[in-house]
Amino acid sequence: MSHLDALPPWAAIIVAVLMLLGALFAFVGSLGLLRLKNFYQRVHAPTLGTTLGTFFMLAASITCFSVLHGRPIFNEVLIGVFLTLTTPITLMLLVRAALYRDREEGSLDVPQPTRED
Amino acid sequence: MSHELLDVSIRAAQILLLLAMAFSLIRMVRGPRAQDRVVALDALYVNAMILLLTIGIRSGSMLYVEAGLIIALLGFASTVALSKFLMRGQVIE
Repeated sequence: MSHLDALPPWAAIIVAVLMLLGALFAFVGSLGLLRLKNFYQRVHAPTLGTTLGTFFMLAASITCFSVLHGRPIFNEVLIGVFLTLTTPITLMLLVRAALYRDREEGSLDVPQPTRED
Repeated sequence: MSHELLDVSIRAAQILLLLAMAFSLIRMVRGPRAQDRVVALDALYVNAMILLLTIGIRSGSMLYVEAGLIIALLGFASTVALSKFLMRGQVIE
């Protein structure tokens, strides 16, 4: 833990709190993925990890490396932008595929196709 | 004092993220249908990327951030390919 000792105390506390928050959000998201009852409920849970979990962890990483190197470092923002752009696309494709499969099977739990579909 | 807090919280965050990865893995093995497994795979790679960021903070190397970016890119491509496959039965039409 040599390089982390170079962090001033205020930065260490900020990094610790942000990190715990991010890990907690990712944990709650995966717990929801495990516990919720059907597929359309389960799709919502992991987005907690991809939005808030990633956001807090990236903020912790930016704070840590910017203070350590003494200049602002924004490499992590790329990951945030990329995940924010891609998560809705993947989940929308996936839910449309699931809806299509459920309708093909004649399941009565999903709404039937309307005229616009 | 604050550095012990940081040390403890890094370890706690890593344990929480490992548990989150284990939950997504259980859902991927157990998931009743194919779409449940794909959602679990999506959650699994995001959790792995966050875990990689904590390892990067702990080891003080910026390289882990680039590795996380590559995981996010490849995970997006794989999830899109898998959901295209579930929809049509083939990836490239």
